Amino acid sequence: MSFDTWSDFFAMGGHGLYVWLAYGAALIVILLNVFGVRVARRRFFRQARALERRARELET
Amino acid sequence: MSLFRAQLRREWFLLIQNNEEVLNPLFFLFLAISLFALATGGGPDVLRDYAPAIIWVLVLLANLLSLEGLFRRDFEDGTLELLVLKAEPAFLALLAKVLVHWAFSGLAMALLSPLAALILYLPTSALPTLMLGLLIGTPALSLIGAVGAALTVGLKRGGALLALLVLPLYVPILIFGAGAVLEQMAGIETLAQIYWLGVITMASLTLAPFAVQAALRVSLEQ
Amino acid sequence: MALTDTLRRWWHKLGSPRWFYEISGPWQTGLAVLATLLLLVGTIWGLAIAPADYQQGNSFRIIYVHVPTAIVSQTAYLLMGAAGLVLLVWRMKLADMVLAATVPFGMSMTALALFTGAVWGKPTWGAWWVWDARTTSMLVMLFLYIGLYALRQAIPREEAAGRACAVLALVGTVNIPIIKYSVDWWLTLHQPATFKLTEAPSMPAEMYLPLLLNVLGIYCLFGTNLIGRLKVTILERESRTQWVRQLVGSSGR
Repeated sequence: MSFDTWSDFFAMGGHGLYVWLAYGAALIVILLNVFGVRVARRRFFRQARALERRARELET
Repeated sequence: MSLFRAQLRREWFLLIQNNEEVLNPLFFLFLAISLFALATGGGPDVLRDYAPAIIWVLVLLANLLSLEGLFRRDFEDGTLELLVLKAEPAFLALLAKVLVHWAFSGLAMALLSPLAALILYLPTSALPTLMLGLLIGTPALSLIGAVGAALTVGLKRGGALLALLVLPLYVPILIFGAGAVLEQMAGIETLAQIYWLGVITMASLTLAPFAVQAALRVSLEQ
Repeated sequence: MALTDTLRRWWHKLGSPRWFYEISGPWQTGLAVLATLLLLVGTIWGLAIAPADYQQGNSFRIIYVHVPTAIVSQTAYLLMGAAGLVLLVWRMKLADMVLAATVPFGMSMTALALFTGAVWGKPTWGAWWVWDARTTSMLVMLFLYIGLYALRQAIPREEAAGRACAVLALVGTVNIPIIKYSVDWWLTLHQPATFKLTEAPSMPAEMYLPLLLNVLGIYCLFGTNLIGRLKVTILERESRTQWVRQLVGSSGR
């Protein structure tokens, strides 16, 4: 372990702002990418099902 | 060969007749240079230091302006389609187009550069490097720019998109062109950068026509 | 020869988006698991266990984010160039989808690399932004990505947009070595060589290994993200086919 206490860990020897900015941004970008895919997939199925439903309604 | 020559002649006369297409970018070049002089207070020291950068950047931008008209007229009246589909080989006709375009843009700017150098206080010892760099580097600007123009010719407001697509690709030419003059002004040998400009132009000459052709085919489908 | 036969068969199969959709599920999951493991271990190791750099202190830990994102963004661009080539030469539909699917991830990684580089620069050299060889090349590459995105948006017809982006991606890929070389040279013009972006000359293993883990992890993340986006694109573009409509039907809710 490179740090003695949790507060040492968060402070990062005075560089805390920078380190956490960088890692925070990375986390956000990665999550956006991962969830972007899930959202897109769900949106497709939602729209496709709605289209099917409307098509079936028009037939009857 | 005769296809090449015929296309050359056609482009030449078209551009001479519609000369505002070629004159406007040249006017823009000198107008923008003047803007820099005005914005910096016109002091010789400041202008001299930035002269290579100002000239080269504005040559790039003026080139962008002139690229808009490269394919647009032919695209709109249908001759572009004929050229791409019927001309055998199409890339010769396209090369002729780009050559004439370069004559009226890059070449013209290279020939006018002593004037630009004068009003920006560029030392005369740096002038040959500037002119040589422009002469050798601007064909690449026309060739690479032609790819961008081909990709955007069918689009409604393709001008800004053209700039976005083409300027990143222009970066090496800018670096070597302006860098050569800066090095010369610092007293260092500059042949290496000129050679690199030559390399880029040669590579563009061999590769760009195919990219232009592919891009035109895509644009014409729409 | 057996190997070339298998390769050829596999190449032909790639021509079918449906085949890819159906076989890629396990790969997507596997890569996701790998990515999570590698990135978790690598990040924790890099953040908490690896020793601080004696010159830069703890800010050097940003390397574990910055370098992987920079590396993967460049690989992604090369992949787009290759996909563009495949599309133009062999007209493989999947290649167009690969190109389109790579842009969001690649672009966000490039932007992230630039951001983390800036954040790293401030405590290290006192400046948020420095025009050095790597940042400049990366910035130009970001513009190349943006251009690809803008071009696709500007062309309404899907197939034409795909081919236009393929041409642009190919032209960009050919240009990247030249851009890098020119920027490298340009830097020697001015630079008094005080800025040496951590060349990581000889890092002890305990500092180097978490970096390796994170690089591998981010590649796995790239892979799983790519497959995920590809699958959605395939669904969207093949939405009128029987097999997709069956999927939609059985997705019930």
